[in-house]
Amino acid sequence: MSTIDLGMPVLGGLDLVPTAEDVQKAKDFTSDQEVRWCPGCGDYAVLAAVRSFLPTLSIKRENTVFVSGIGCSSRFPYYLDTYGMHSIHGRAPAIATGLAVSRPDLSVFVVTGDGDALSIGGNHLIHALRRNVNITILLFNNRIYGLTKGQYSPTSEVGKVTKSTPMGSLDHPFNPVSLALGAEATFVGRAMDSDRKGLTAVLEAAARHRGASLVEIYQDCPIFNDGSFDVLRRPDDSEARVIPVVPGRPITFGTDGRWAVVRRGFGLRIASTGEVAAEAIVVHDPADLELSFALSRLSDQNLDHAVFGVLRQVQRPTYDDLTRAQVQQAVEGGGDDLLALLHGTDTWTVRDGAVLPHATTGESTR
Amino acid sequence: MTRAREGVAEDAASRDRVVIRFAGDSGDGMQLTGDRFTAEAAAFGNDLATFPSFPAEIRAPHGTLAGVSSFQLHFADHDILTPGDRPDVLVAMNPAALKANVGDLPAGGVLIVDADEFTPRNLAKVGYEADPLEDGSLSAHTVHRVAMTSLTTAALAPLGIGKKDAERSKNMFALGLLSWMYSRPTEGTERWLRDKFAKRPEIAEANVVAFRTGHAYGETTETFAGPVVVAPAVLPDGTYRQVTGNTALAYGIVAAGRRFGLPVFLGSYPITPASDILHELSRLKRFGVTTFQAEDEIAGIGSAIGAAYGGALGVTTTSGPGISLKSEALGLAVMIELPLLVIDVQRGGPSTGLPTKTEQSDLLQALFGRNGEAPVPVVAPSSPADAFDAALDAVRIAVTYRTPVLLLSDGAIANGSEPWRLPEAADLTSTPVSFGTEPNGPDGEFLPYARDPETLARPWTVPGTPGLEHRVGGLEKADGTGNISYEPDNHDRMVRLRQARIDGIAVPDLEVDDPVGPDGRTAEVLVLGWGSTYGPIGAAVRRLRREGVAVARAHLRHLNPLPANTGAVLERYRTVVVPEMNLGQLAFLLQGRFARQVVSVTKVAGMPFGAEELQELLRPHVSPHVSPSASDLIGVRR
Repeated sequence: MSTIDLGMPVLGGLDLVPTAEDVQKAKDFTSDQEVRWCPGCGDYAVLAAVRSFLPTLSIKRENTVFVSGIGCSSRFPYYLDTYGMHSIHGRAPAIATGLAVSRPDLSVFVVTGDGDALSIGGNHLIHALRRNVNITILLFNNRIYGLTKGQYSPTSEVGKVTKSTPMGSLDHPFNPVSLALGAEATFVGRAMDSDRKGLTAVLEAAARHRGASLVEIYQDCPIFNDGSFDVLRRPDDSEARVIPVVPGRPITFGTDGRWAVVRRGFGLRIASTGEVAAEAIVVHDPADLELSFALSRLSDQNLDHAVFGVLRQVQRPTYDDLTRAQVQQAVEGGGDDLLALLHGTDTWTVRDGAVLPHATTGESTR
Repeated sequence: MTRAREGVAEDAASRDRVVIRFAGDSGDGMQLTGDRFTAEAAAFGNDLATFPSFPAEIRAPHGTLAGVSSFQLHFADHDILTPGDRPDVLVAMNPAALKANVGDLPAGGVLIVDADEFTPRNLAKVGYEADPLEDGSLSAHTVHRVAMTSLTTAALAPLGIGKKDAERSKNMFALGLLSWMYSRPTEGTERWLRDKFAKRPEIAEANVVAFRTGHAYGETTETFAGPVVVAPAVLPDGTYRQVTGNTALAYGIVAAGRRFGLPVFLGSYPITPASDILHELSRLKRFGVTTFQAEDEIAGIGSAIGAAYGGALGVTTTSGPGISLKSEALGLAVMIELPLLVIDVQRGGPSTGLPTKTEQSDLLQALFGRNGEAPVPVVAPSSPADAFDAALDAVRIAVTYRTPVLLLSDGAIANGSEPWRLPEAADLTSTPVSFGTEPNGPDGEFLPYARDPETLARPWTVPGTPGLEHRVGGLEKADGTGNISYEPDNHDRMVRLRQARIDGIAVPDLEVDDPVGPDGRTAEVLVLGWGSTYGPIGAAVRRLRREGVAVARAHLRHLNPLPANTGAVLERYRTVVVPEMNLGQLAFLLQGRFARQVVSVTKVAGMPFGAEELQELLRPHVSPHVSPSASDLIGVRR
């Protein structure tokens, strides 16, 4: 585990957030606003999952904040009766950083999409992750621009025919999990919009993690990218593709664990469980960055395989905790006399038309 | 009035003011030398104004014109307004510094050069075919050839330090020499050197020895006229210190946080010439200040908006290119109606432009540079010390009216310095902000966009407030509830409400300085400025008045909203002249707002107006015998 001892106590993601006195329900987190996504949109499923998982965190509703960018999924805050900001395209991680640094008593969520987080806001995403700001990022990946009516996105497959790419898109897509791991995120998970149980489990772990958590949510856009993830949903197709990971458990999948993940060079490959020795099967360790990265590389644009669950989780001091600790240390050191600051070390006085000898304290402030 | 000073010869000549310019290679430490001389002048009680000028390159090629860095200081026994047009004394540490600056030295001016640097190679580097020290081309000046480098290295030889370190101390030799010439106190500089190099005492000692050597050289060689005394200036009663604009802004932000009971959060990305505000505030964490060096300009303002949403005093600092990048986020702050301070330390533009030079060309961008109808109050300090009050005023507007406020400083204010009459404890009273904590709707509901009838401000209700959960965002808000609304009438109403809120901000009336002349009449011509042209306009107007010309002047602190009496003031004068360091942006604004022709006088050279230069530019418009021609009224551009 890569920890730096900065004398920081190990805290959970919600440890400084006040706990709710009463039992809360999903409807307590439901705002009075009409939900306006397209019929069949995967966002509905995620919204339902979030509304029902938030009460299980047992934190005060008023200390919960959702910050979003721009895109279909970024309407999310309007539909939750928490504090929320629907901000500008790509910038939600930056806004959430300022909020999280100045308010340790809040649980701060960022809702973003593949275009918002990985295209216009790519810079803010990687920096929030590397700094390890205590925020939970829900990245809705539908591999298309929905709100602008169907252009390809930075996670679209190469060759995708859209309105802006009539001859097929040319640019290689991001793998959001690989990207987050490259930015040394301390928590990276993935879930499917329709998998209520799996999604809830990953979201809860992410919210309770202290530091920046990124959860990639595969989400269907029935209007502009219908069935994009169907191979991961249909039982016949998904059996050989969906790889759930559980910390401490050997990674096998399919009916009766038919397939297994084993090492190949510096990476991983899929084998038939019956054809490999039991000890050859990789045991999932979310603290092993190289393993997490190799797992992320099992997913490619054809979705031949996709790993779900918590791919990585480690403890590292968060930027916001460290920032507050520095300020706290400076404040405790005293010397916050404002007039003394303004005066500095060299002053002179004019009184009744005469210049009086200057006062020098003898110490430079620099 | 003046006090006797130890070490000042009794027969010392006295002068009412002196302008000194130190010029050298960008590695020669000219800024530091100028800063120290400034500190000495301040400690002595002179009024002063400074103008540092340096290249954007950190270390341009040695000995080239591109690498010349200079620092001009004007100090006086009376109140002065500008760093001075032309130096009385030019210190040139090499041929490049001489070539770049000698044109500004008037006939009879004193030139002090480091003769060691006038080698054939260095002369050739800047295209001198003959040595100007030998060819008579400097005969109009009093030239002192001082072998500063070799005198310094010889003096430091006993200390046994390296040749490079020894040569590097020659700027302290120059400072010592000038300190003797102008009877400056020396103890402060010696103490400062020992403090600055506390971790390398041998370097501290070398610098002190070089400084003393320069001082002794002046005293013993008898080739310099001196020492000259410039007596302390009797300014209005109060306690003073010397301050730069960037430092004054940083202190103003800390003071504003105290005044309104808000923790300060600065989100900023380094950019010239604004970075020193970030540096200064980063050192002031003991005042509860949080600084965040963001990944880019947008994250700088984004994080400040996030902090403001959480109830902090959100601040972001930048220069023009950064304002361009922050524009969209600034629009968000307009829409969600949160307090925010945005500081633009203007520099030469467009694009990367002239990073280290001054300009006032972001005014219209500040006023109008956003999509949609997005009014933002704009406040401009007029001098380095005034930046403190301007920051407090900007924050007052931000928190009272729940709005982002743009503060327009510039390079001349940021790096220039002057005496600052310090506020007293009574000036720093606290009036904490009250956050919205209770439902405010008629049926016991919370209306995040219900407005205070007087200020039209909405409640500032922060996360963590029970029962008042609500959402804000960049989409148009329904009046009152703040819910998303695409309703045509609602949008029309909200656009007008946002505008009315800014238009209704209370700002003091424009004060006009229009003394009754000897003939019992006031002026027919008004000179109107904003920002750092305050000093040059004041100095130019003073010069004209001394000639007997009646001329009024006024200076705008608030560019949006303009003071309520602005139109009436403009009406009172036959001619209104507006000097600016842009192509006439305020003039354009006034003509649009008041359908009133004004005369635009402009300079966009990366340099402030000189007092004499502006006097001559104003002269055609203020002459009592000349009636305004048609071209005057359209706006004469320089």
